Amino acid sequence: MKVSVKVNGEQREVDVEPRRLLVHLLRDDLGLTATNIGCDTTSCGACTVLVNGESVKSCTMLAASAEGLDVTTLEGLAASGEWHPVQEAFRDKHGLQCGFCTPGMVMAAVSLLRENPKPSADDVRSGLEGNLCRCTGYHNIVAAVLQASAAPGQAT
Amino acid sequence: MSILGTRVLRVEDPKFLTTGGVYVDDLRDPRLAGAAYVTYVRSVVAHAKVTVDTSGALEAPGVLAVLTMEDVRDVEPPPLALPYLPPAMRRPWLADGVVRYVGEPVAAIVTESRYDGEDAAELVGVDYEPLPVVVDPHASATNEVLLFPEAPSNTALAFELGEPEGLLDDCEVVVRQQVLNQRVAPVPLEVRGSACVWTDDGRLLFWGSTQSPHGARDTLAKALSLEPDRVHFIAPDVGGGFGAKFDVSVEDMLLAVLAKRLGRPMRWTESRTENLLSMGHGRAQIQTVAIGGRRDGTIEAYSLHVLQDAGAYPHFGAVLPIMTQTMATGVYAIEKVAVRTNSVVTNTSSVVAYRGAGRPEATAAIERMVDMFAAEIGMDPAEVRRKNLLPPDAFPVTTPAGAVYDSGEYEKALQAVLDAAGYDSLRAEQQRRRDAGDRTALGIGLSTYVEITAGPEAGQEFARINVRPDGSAVVYTGTSPHGQGHATSFAMLASDELGIPVERIEVVHGDTDLVARGGGTGGSRSLQLGGAAVHQGAIEAVDKARELAADLFEASAADITLDKTRGGFHVAGSPDEVRSWAEVATSADAEHGLIVDTDFKAKGATFPFGAHLAVVEVDVDTGKATLVRMVTVDDAGPVINPVIVEGQRHGGIAQGASQALFEEVRYDEDGNPQTTNLADYAFPSAAELPDFELVEMATPSPLNPLGVKGIGEAGTIGATPAVQNAVVDALAHLGVRHVDMPTTSERIWRAINDAKKGSDR
Amino acid sequence: MIPAAFDYVRASSAEEALAALTEHGDEAKLLAGGQSLLPLMKLRLAVPSVVVDLTGVSDLSYVRDDGDDLAVGALTRHHDVATSDVVRREAPMLAHAAGLVGDPQVRHRGTIGGSVAHADPSADLPTALLGLGASYVIRGSGGERSVSADEFSTGFLETVLEPDEMLVEVRVPKASAWGYEKFTRRAIDWATVAVAAARRADGSVAVALANMGPTVLRATSVEQALASGTGATEAAAVADEGTEPGSDVTASAEYRRHLARVLTARALEQLGS
Repeated sequence: MKVSVKVNGEQREVDVEPRRLLVHLLRDDLGLTATNIGCDTTSCGACTVLVNGESVKSCTMLAASAEGLDVTTLEGLAASGEWHPVQEAFRDKHGLQCGFCTPGMVMAAVSLLRENPKPSADDVRSGLEGNLCRCTGYHNIVAAVLQASAAPGQAT
Repeated sequence: MSILGTRVLRVEDPKFLTTGGVYVDDLRDPRLAGAAYVTYVRSVVAHAKVTVDTSGALEAPGVLAVLTMEDVRDVEPPPLALPYLPPAMRRPWLADGVVRYVGEPVAAIVTESRYDGEDAAELVGVDYEPLPVVVDPHASATNEVLLFPEAPSNTALAFELGEPEGLLDDCEVVVRQQVLNQRVAPVPLEVRGSACVWTDDGRLLFWGSTQSPHGARDTLAKALSLEPDRVHFIAPDVGGGFGAKFDVSVEDMLLAVLAKRLGRPMRWTESRTENLLSMGHGRAQIQTVAIGGRRDGTIEAYSLHVLQDAGAYPHFGAVLPIMTQTMATGVYAIEKVAVRTNSVVTNTSSVVAYRGAGRPEATAAIERMVDMFAAEIGMDPAEVRRKNLLPPDAFPVTTPAGAVYDSGEYEKALQAVLDAAGYDSLRAEQQRRRDAGDRTALGIGLSTYVEITAGPEAGQEFARINVRPDGSAVVYTGTSPHGQGHATSFAMLASDELGIPVERIEVVHGDTDLVARGGGTGGSRSLQLGGAAVHQGAIEAVDKARELAADLFEASAADITLDKTRGGFHVAGSPDEVRSWAEVATSADAEHGLIVDTDFKAKGATFPFGAHLAVVEVDVDTGKATLVRMVTVDDAGPVINPVIVEGQRHGGIAQGASQALFEEVRYDEDGNPQTTNLADYAFPSAAELPDFELVEMATPSPLNPLGVKGIGEAGTIGATPAVQNAVVDALAHLGVRHVDMPTTSERIWRAINDAKKGSDR
Repeated sequence: MIPAAFDYVRASSAEEALAALTEHGDEAKLLAGGQSLLPLMKLRLAVPSVVVDLTGVSDLSYVRDDGDDLAVGALTRHHDVATSDVVRREAPMLAHAAGLVGDPQVRHRGTIGGSVAHADPSADLPTALLGLGASYVIRGSGGERSVSADEFSTGFLETVLEPDEMLVEVRVPKASAWGYEKFTRRAIDWATVAVAAARRADGSVAVALANMGPTVLRATSVEQALASGTGATEAAAVADEGTEPGSDVTASAEYRRHLARVLTARALEQLGS
């Protein structure tokens, strides 16, 4: 079946099996491999992307359900060439090590800050409950999101 | 001013934060065009004779081949994980008539697409004729059921030290406890995966998610009866390893056989379920421990028996007890020690290396026992530790276990965390809550630890320094990072000697054709061996460059000075005329520049140490424990890049705390795994953990020129017992003496109830 | 992991969805937000041959103030329920419980109707709705019917929904006095045990339990004790009476019983006297 979806600002039409998962459409059909797969049970959040501006686990959404929707992956976050404050802050605060959870973590953080632009540390921790990281112990991820929340224009 | 010790942001990050890393499954290399996909059919029974019917799967859409052991019997069996493991316990390519754990591969399906593979796997018929299942290591140790009938017993390896008989006879106080160091799952966020192709020159090009590409190349070459140089192994970005990727697995290696047979490139990426079933697990020790001493707090004797669950096919896990034995007495001056270990096979997934690998188990045992000893004699646990710590003037120390500790300031580390945490006021708050009958109990837990890094034997590592004709540099290292930031730290080390800015230094790793040799990254070896090699190579490069510059100046090399701020050479006393690195490198070789190869050889393993203090709150009505503070000293000598060292500490602390509180791989009595996904396996999120409070301390090692020790595993070693001790401490006033890990709410609730019943009697 | 193959029907209205259900019967499965269904399909624990995708149906996503009740469209997402001003004002326990489901990503896709129809006994929304005395509006080829939350779930993941019916609306009586206690290992987890207590319009107190049996349950012994004037602490001590909790990797049945008692006491304390 044909699915028409806007990905990182570009309208794409892809022929897929009905059972194709959105994450496979992104990775295998469109070659956008920043979005990773880390589990089978909607637990780890490595596959988090924005769908119409909100965080969604792309392993738990059919590609078919993305018909007519607007999907943003990590690759599309700095499409203008300028890094998003969350990207800047992850670098400044060393919020990543192996990098595997990072695309999902960054997208989850972007969504979190859109909904709660000035979160407390506890808000950040509970807001990232759906994203697992084995490397950082989360300390620097939380610091990064708090730094990003203080950046001017972070909510864009 | 030296760049070393400064907060240089990682050079790796821009890629990870914009386009993402390139992990094995992300590879879009043209040489992998037309690759077929491999899917493993795995046993759903823990111990059985099996017959496999592949006919249904062979007819499924997109299926190219379905192989069982019969189809690969002509290939030499894969090598033992370690050479001294019993050959009778060797793992076959695919189940050879018998399966020994749930998750063991019984067939390999090759398909055109990933989706086809999962469909076809459902069509493979496996007939199971059950055999008696051995899950409990105690049952295995009786040898009533032998997992490998050709082996004389279920023991894969055993070690011993000292004489346990009568060891504690003269002690005024003796405390005994069985301590469980439970089985946990490494769970790197990237699961296992590999891709390969036989190239036109007859070589094997293999991409694998490994910590040790040269080791993986050698294992693969051995398995395929090839010379190592016939295999080109590349570790692309690796999404975490934690010890469990310190090699290449049988499932990875079989791809090479399949690629040859079908004449196509092959790809394999496991699912998380497969990862939790079959990558292997860590820890898994049952420890029977006794500690003895005097009422004044002096510890005199320590006895440790380790029953190591090695899983179905012995791997690194079987050898972990030697590390536990080596570090048995920890930071304490204990005269009388005895250790016995027995690594036995069971019908469970193999036990492999996991962050700390044998050392966290040693620390967990003795730190728990020191607390129990303190409780028994009614002394503050900090005081008992202080009384028994090895003093700073004792180093180097040869312990009863034969380890030679290089340097340490144990009491200083302990005092630093006590001060930073406000120990006295924490104790006062704890007492206040107890007096008030507060249902949220406060617990304070300590651990003081020492570990061994880059051991047990003195290690070595390779580095190449290449200053290119344009004055930029490339550093080649035999270590292979997977998140540790070597590209940044090693560029800093090279920059510090060469005077070439970090931005102009590239670090190459993970490719066996580009890097001559290497030991990979594991055992906290990378900085002290790989970093020291880079440092040594850079010094040698400068020496060589001074000779080249001397020729350019027509002066003596002894008179040539490198001005690091300007990145050029001049004659001493004549700083105006400078020959740049570009000029000097060009004079060495106009095409390649200046190249120096070096191997750094360490004088011995190093022994980082520290102290951790955990504060937990326990809801005594539900039993739920919450970690609220974590204060640590992790002294691994001088810090090259605080950003990276802090990150290593944070990650380790989280994993250590998580073992104490949440994580456990569980099997039922029939060997059915109960924790096969991340919904059931309690891997914590940010919501379950606090910020960590790091206290700085740096005691140099005399064993390498940088004075550095390993930091990668410190957190898991120090944090686990501190958190466990904090949980028990929170419940001390209720009569609880010990709670096994993970200290789940139910375990705590039961411990409180049992203590209540005990006091009622 | 990948779901087994299925035929796909994209519904743009409830009527289209019902037509598909009528055609395919119990071979078909409705995909509301997919946050419970898709993981089960990926593990191949659910293998529907037809999936009717409701994610494009927009007219079943609403919250309306309807006198004594709130009317919530079945396809209203958890995030929208949790952040709705009307829900927060008139049925705050529902907003609270919606904010506890899964994680933010799940709440951006998952729907109230999907959660209710999935009928997982450990789920937050069915528990809160049972405590609040909600009723569920079910539409089928023969018209609409309403079923109380008490009668909706008939067993583990089983409901009174016929193969050709779908849940279209949740009607929630307004209630301002409430207590909700969820116990988990991790924030993301399903409830080990959860307790929802609400004061109903008639002044009575209802108590609902999650994960104390194959369906969400009313703690009838507690309710009766409270109705007869027993104090909250004493009433909570019988919270596990008549329940049949299971044992699993998270908790034993015995511990669940204990949790039910402790959490009920706390929920009643929140509720106030």
